[in-house]
Amino acid sequence: MVNQYETVFIATPVLSDTQMKEAVAKYVKLIEDNGGEVVYQEDWGLRQLAYPIQHKTTGFYYLIQFKAESSFVATLETQYHRDERIIRFLTVALDKDAVAYAEKRRANKAAKATAPQAPATEETAEAQDAE
Amino acid sequence: MANENKEIRYLNPPTVEVRKKKYCRFKKAGIKYVDYKDPEFLKKFLNEQGKILPRRITGTSLKFQRKVAQAIKRARSLALLPYVTDLLK
Repeated sequence: MVNQYETVFIATPVLSDTQMKEAVAKYVKLIEDNGGEVVYQEDWGLRQLAYPIQHKTTGFYYLIQFKAESSFVATLETQYHRDERIIRFLTVALDKDAVAYAEKRRANKAAKATAPQAPATEETAEAQDAE
Repeated sequence: MANENKEIRYLNPPTVEVRKKKYCRFKKAGIKYVDYKDPEFLKKFLNEQGKILPRRITGTSLKFQRKVAQAIKRARSLALLPYVTDLLK
């Protein structure tokens, strides 16, 4: 059965940018090779962990939302387990409310990505007014 | 014997506190999905030690309390929220 899933993984902070991209590319490829479809991906960048994991206090977070067969999740998680770069991961199935929420969130992010120019110009306009 | 104490007389008139009725913020705002990726929002349902607050304090309905609990546990496993801490807020 094809479901929509969402996976977040934390990679070790010792990776360089290119190594991180490589790791992401590996999992995106893994999803696509197994008949899945990547719907959305998001890089959260280097974040502080709430508690140390494997003596590390920071980690690279990466979110991938995808559609795949339910049997694929086990394959993906096996790969995570074998990968020493990944220190923590979580895969959850998205129900219909979650899918709706995910779409809304995506739309918000997209709006924010394009919006910063508009408020910025407004602010500068106000600053000019003040002057 | 119990009937004797049925009517309690007060020396001063008892002060009756008027409490604000609690409500479920999810039902009120029409939120259907609790996101585990938003730790700042989930912190509203935790005490200073990072423990999940009971329904009787937050007023959340049972349906959403389950979802909040699930989301908090997911966030904890991703190190977005701590399992134990002091002075979270």
